[in-house]
Amino acid sequence: MKRRSACVAGLTTAVLVALALLLAGSPKVGANTQQPANAEVKIDNFSFTPAVLTVPVGTTVTWTNRDDIPHTVVSTDDSKIFKSKAMDTDEKFSYTFAKPGRYSYFCSVHPKMTGTIVVQ
Amino acid sequence: MGDKTKDQILHDHNNDGVDRRGFLKCMAWAGTGALCVMQGGVLKSYSLSRIRELDPKKMAGELSFVQISDSHMGFNKPANPDVAGTLKAAIDKINGLATPPEFMLHTGDISHLSKPEEFDTVDQILKAASAKDVFYVPGEHDVLNDNGEQYLERYGKGTKGAGWYSFDKKGVHFIGLVNVLNLKAGGLGTLGPEQLEWMEEDVEHLKSSTPIVVFAHIPLWSVYPEWGWGTEDSAQALAYLKKFGSVTVLNGHIHQTMQKVEGNVTFHTAMSTAFPQPQPGKADSPGPMKVPADQLKSLLGITNVNYVQGQQALAVVDSTLG
Repeated sequence: MKRRSACVAGLTTAVLVALALLLAGSPKVGANTQQPANAEVKIDNFSFTPAVLTVPVGTTVTWTNRDDIPHTVVSTDDSKIFKSKAMDTDEKFSYTFAKPGRYSYFCSVHPKMTGTIVVQ
Repeated sequence: MGDKTKDQILHDHNNDGVDRRGFLKCMAWAGTGALCVMQGGVLKSYSLSRIRELDPKKMAGELSFVQISDSHMGFNKPANPDVAGTLKAAIDKINGLATPPEFMLHTGDISHLSKPEEFDTVDQILKAASAKDVFYVPGEHDVLNDNGEQYLERYGKGTKGAGWYSFDKKGVHFIGLVNVLNLKAGGLGTLGPEQLEWMEEDVEHLKSSTPIVVFAHIPLWSVYPEWGWGTEDSAQALAYLKKFGSVTVLNGHIHQTMQKVEGNVTFHTAMSTAFPQPQPGKADSPGPMKVPADQLKSLLGITNVNYVQGQQALAVVDSTLG
């Protein structure tokens, strides 16, 4: 009996500490990003517009296919950080860029179509 | 029908490399139907309406087959809301040919979005063709999302790698190639080292007198690289075919007819059965071209190929659906 209540007490402490950390941390996060940013890339006439897009860290980029032909959005790095399915007309794909860097991508169906997202 | 075209010899030149003027003239006739025959090293092109005046014995030979391409089943945009209907019209056209073809080649983009029901519909429509055997190669629209697994499962029995293979018919050696997978950013169609190695071995032991037909989706010659109309490593593939006296390369992808003769090689692209695409550089992009409804069938079509033993090259005849 005694042992169990000690255990529960220990758990409660852990939860409280975690909660305290969360509360202390959350205002900071809010101050840095204000509100989540969104940006758009349009696919028209077999090209990405804008071809180079610069966004702040945490931005969600949404690609929209406005062609009559399916396209994809695939990052060119070996691990394929982001990779859409084939998007038919008016279909969309989104990816949130959590880290700064230069992200090149292309349409794996029409590889002449290339673009870059610069995350700062 | 193709009879609208004028009776005219389009060009007639020595087979000594690329004849730019002749090539451009052939391009100008894209979609209206042209017949190109090479005899004794000379290429002759006629508009389709002259076919009746030509000796039918020269046209019909040991082997006759048909190429269809780019059926894009599932496409339903304004450029053609009824791609099933135009594919059926293509099959009717094939069934009405004076010399029934022994088989068909489908040079890819069978489906528009790689959906199982799209492939099913094409399979169903092709059952009505008099020629029962169909030899396929995939287009980029057939291998979306799964790196071509479904395509291989459906059409790849007895093939190698991503679906390449060869077979012989009446002394002609056919090679089906796959150039729509593992495409690199900024690049063109790709065959890849594994397929090239296979091809080199495949043709190594053939006699140089064997007529060769190579078929693949994306053109194996540089039609218009700005629109991705070419294949990165096609020169390597063609190098393996240098010893052969007659090589015919049949492609799709660009939804219009084009022809080029380079040395021993005749390159030819077929019309789509679904929708036309613009001539190179004549539009902002190679996307589907919307034409008035009554003109659509004059820009869609099939390609009929005849091989006559003893003649140097295969006769390639394009005919439109309307």
